[in-house]
Amino acid sequence: MSLLDRHVGFVHALREAGLPVSLAEGLDAARALQMIDLAERESLRAAYATTLVKRPSHRPGFDTLFDLWFPAATTGLYGPRPQDGPDADELDPETAAIAELRDRLSELLLGADGMNDFARAMVERFGRQPAAPGRQNWFSYPVLRALSPETLMARLLAEVLAGQERGGLAEKVARQRIGENTRRFEEAVSADVRRRIAEDSGIERIARSAVRPPLEQLDFLRVTGADLARLRREVHPLARRLATRLTVKHRLGHRGRLDFRRTVRASLSTGGVPLTTFNRPRRPHRPELVILCDTSDSVASFAHFTLLLTYALREQFAKVRAFGFVDTVDEITRFFVPGADVVEAMTRLTREADMVRFGRTNYGNAFERFAERYGDAVGPKTSLLILGDARSNYQPPALETLRRLSRQARHAHWLNPEPVSQWDTGDSLATAYGGIVPMRECRNVVQLAAFVEELA
Amino acid sequence: MWFPSPADARERLSAVDYLADDSIATSVFLAGALGKPLLAEGPAGVGKTQLAKAVAAATGARLVRLQCYEGLDEARALYEWNYKKQLLRIQAGTGQDWDATQDDIFTEEFLLERPLLRAIRSETPTVLLIDETDKADVEVEGLLLEILSDYQVTIPELGTVTAVRKPYVVLTSNATRELSEALKRRCLYLHLEYPTPERERDIVLAQVPAIEAALAEQLARTVATMRALELKKAPSIAETVDWANTLLALGRTELDEATVAATLGVVLKHASDQARARKELAL
Repeated sequence: MSLLDRHVGFVHALREAGLPVSLAEGLDAARALQMIDLAERESLRAAYATTLVKRPSHRPGFDTLFDLWFPAATTGLYGPRPQDGPDADELDPETAAIAELRDRLSELLLGADGMNDFARAMVERFGRQPAAPGRQNWFSYPVLRALSPETLMARLLAEVLAGQERGGLAEKVARQRIGENTRRFEEAVSADVRRRIAEDSGIERIARSAVRPPLEQLDFLRVTGADLARLRREVHPLARRLATRLTVKHRLGHRGRLDFRRTVRASLSTGGVPLTTFNRPRRPHRPELVILCDTSDSVASFAHFTLLLTYALREQFAKVRAFGFVDTVDEITRFFVPGADVVEAMTRLTREADMVRFGRTNYGNAFERFAERYGDAVGPKTSLLILGDARSNYQPPALETLRRLSRQARHAHWLNPEPVSQWDTGDSLATAYGGIVPMRECRNVVQLAAFVEELA
Repeated sequence: MWFPSPADARERLSAVDYLADDSIATSVFLAGALGKPLLAEGPAGVGKTQLAKAVAAATGARLVRLQCYEGLDEARALYEWNYKKQLLRIQAGTGQDWDATQDDIFTEEFLLERPLLRAIRSETPTVLLIDETDKADVEVEGLLLEILSDYQVTIPELGTVTAVRKPYVVLTSNATRELSEALKRRCLYLHLEYPTPERERDIVLAQVPAIEAALAEQLARTVATMRALELKKAPSIAETVDWANTLLALGRTELDEATVAATLGVVLKHASDQARARKELAL
C-alpha cells in the first residue's frame, strides 16, 4: 500500500468512526507529513493527531485506528523474529517458564521500559488460536489469563513498600502507579491483537468493530461500568460547560437602558460630546429549574448522568430543586449543596432518599405524590424538567395531574433516554405523556447539549 | 522558519525550561512549519500559556498577548481611533475645510493599535498569544477567524493591512465553552493533559534545582495519585512546583503522611477537596 493510499484510507476510517475530519484538515495532515520524519512513529502519530483530532473524546478512537493503519512493526508474524537489543537473550519469550514471564511483567509494571515489545511477544506466544486450516485467530483473553497481571498487585505492593506500614499514603501512591501500568499493559495487548487480526483479514474489517463511538455519542442506556467512571470524569466539566452556556446566553441579547449619568460624566473629558455611551447592566433572567428524575434501575446509568448534571446546574444557579422518584418521590436537592463532594452526594442519595416503596417504577403515583407534597415548587417562573423512559409498569398514568403541573410551569420538557423507535412499545406511555409535556429523545451528550442550548 | 524539526523544537524549548513531550514538540514544530495557529486546550495549570511564552523565549521573538474576557470587543482586540486626540486636532485646525480635516484625522497618528493589529503589523518575529479564548464571546471568534486565516485586517479608513511576517499564533482554552468548529478547523489542536509522573518529576527538577531527585519523584507520584481522586480542582503543575518550594523551605527531605497533611493547602484549594484527600489518602 502506498503512503498516499494509506493516508486516504486512514482518513476515511476516521470519518467512518464518527470523527468529523474535513477535507481541509485532511490536506493539512498530508502537508504535515511532508514536514516530519516518517520513520519516527510517535511524531507521525502526533502530526496526525494535531491536524485531525480536535476533541479529547475522539482521541481513543483515533489511537486505535492509528495503530491499525500504521502498525509498530509490520509483519514478523510468520518470519523469524528480529533480535531486539542486547538484552534480548536474557529471557526468551518463546520458551521461558510462566513464572519467569511474570517476573518480567512485574518489572514492567513497576515502570521498566519495553512494555510494548513484551506485550507483542506475549500475544505471539499465548494469543494464537487455530481456526480454519492455514488461518488463525487472535485473542487477548488467553494472554491475560496466562499472565494474570492483576494478581501481581499484592506481591508488587509488598516489594515496593518493603516493610513500610500498610494502608497509608505510600500504598495508595504505589497502588495507583501499578494499576495505571496494568491498564497500559492490557491496552498494549489488545492493540497488538487488533493489529494481527488486521494483518490476517484486512484493516477495514477490524477497523469497523474496533472503535467504540466517542464518549459524547455513547448511548446513556448502554454504558458499561468502566464507561460510567470515564463519563463521570467527563461529565463534570461538560455539565459546567452546559451551565456556562446557559448563563452566557442570558448575558447576551439586548443591552440595558442608557445610563444617563455615566454617559454625561464621561462626556466631560471630550468637551461635552457624548462619544461613549454607557448602558445599565441588564437584570439577568434566571429561570428556576425543577427537575423530576426517574432513578429506577432500568434507567440507572441515565439517572446517574442526569443527577450529575443536576449537581452541576445546582452549583451554577440560585434556584434549582431536584426530585427523585421510583414509585414515590422525595426531594433530593439537599444532597447537592454547592461545594459538596459529588461522589459522597451520590452515595448518600441512594442510601438516604425516600424514593422507593415497592421497587417498581410508577410514574402515575410519583406524579400524584409530587403534586401533593411539592406542588407549590412549580410556579409561573419555573422550567419543569422530567427525565425518564416513561415506562410505568402498566400502572394508572395520572395524566390529569401531569397536565395541571405542566400548566402551572412556565415551560415543561421531558427527556427520554430511549430511542424514538421504542416509544409506545410494551408499557411505554411516551405518546400519552408526550402529548402533555413535549418529549424528546436524549440518548447521548450531543443530544443533551442541543437541548440545553434550547432551554436557555 | 521557526523550528527546523520537532527534535529541535524540543531542544530549544527545554533550554528555556519548558519540557516538551513528543506531541507537544511535533505540534509546536508543525504550527511554525505550516504557518497555522496552534490551539492548546486542557485543564487549568498544565502549562498552556507557559508554552506560548516558551516559544517566544526559545526563538527570541516578541510576545504579544491578548487576554480574552467576556465583553471583549474589536476596539480592545484590534484597533481604535484616538477620539480625544482627533477632537483636539479638529479644534486646533479651525478654518481648515472639511476634506482636509477628514484626511488628517484618520491617519496613523490617531490610530491606537491593540494586540491583534500590533501582531500583524510587527516587522520582527512575533508570537501572538490569545489567552483563554473560551472566555470571550462568540462574536470575537468570528473576528479571529478572519484574522487567522489570511493574517490581514481591514480598517475602513486606511485600507487592508496585511501581515509583513506571519506571527506565530497560540490560542489557549480551558474548554469551559466549546469553541466553534470553524475556528477549530483552522487551527492545529494540542490537547494538554497533566504530565506523566516522570515528566512532572523532570519539570520539578528543572524549576526547583535545589530539590533532591528522590523527593521530586515522590512529589510527582503523590500529585498523580491526588489527580486520580475525583476532586473539584486537581493540582496543577504550578502547584506541584509550589509544593516543592514549600518542602524545601521547611527543610523536609521526605514526603510522609504528616508532611502531606501539614502542607495540603499548597496543592488543594477547596475545603471539600482537602477533606476528600485526607479521607482517601488516610492522612
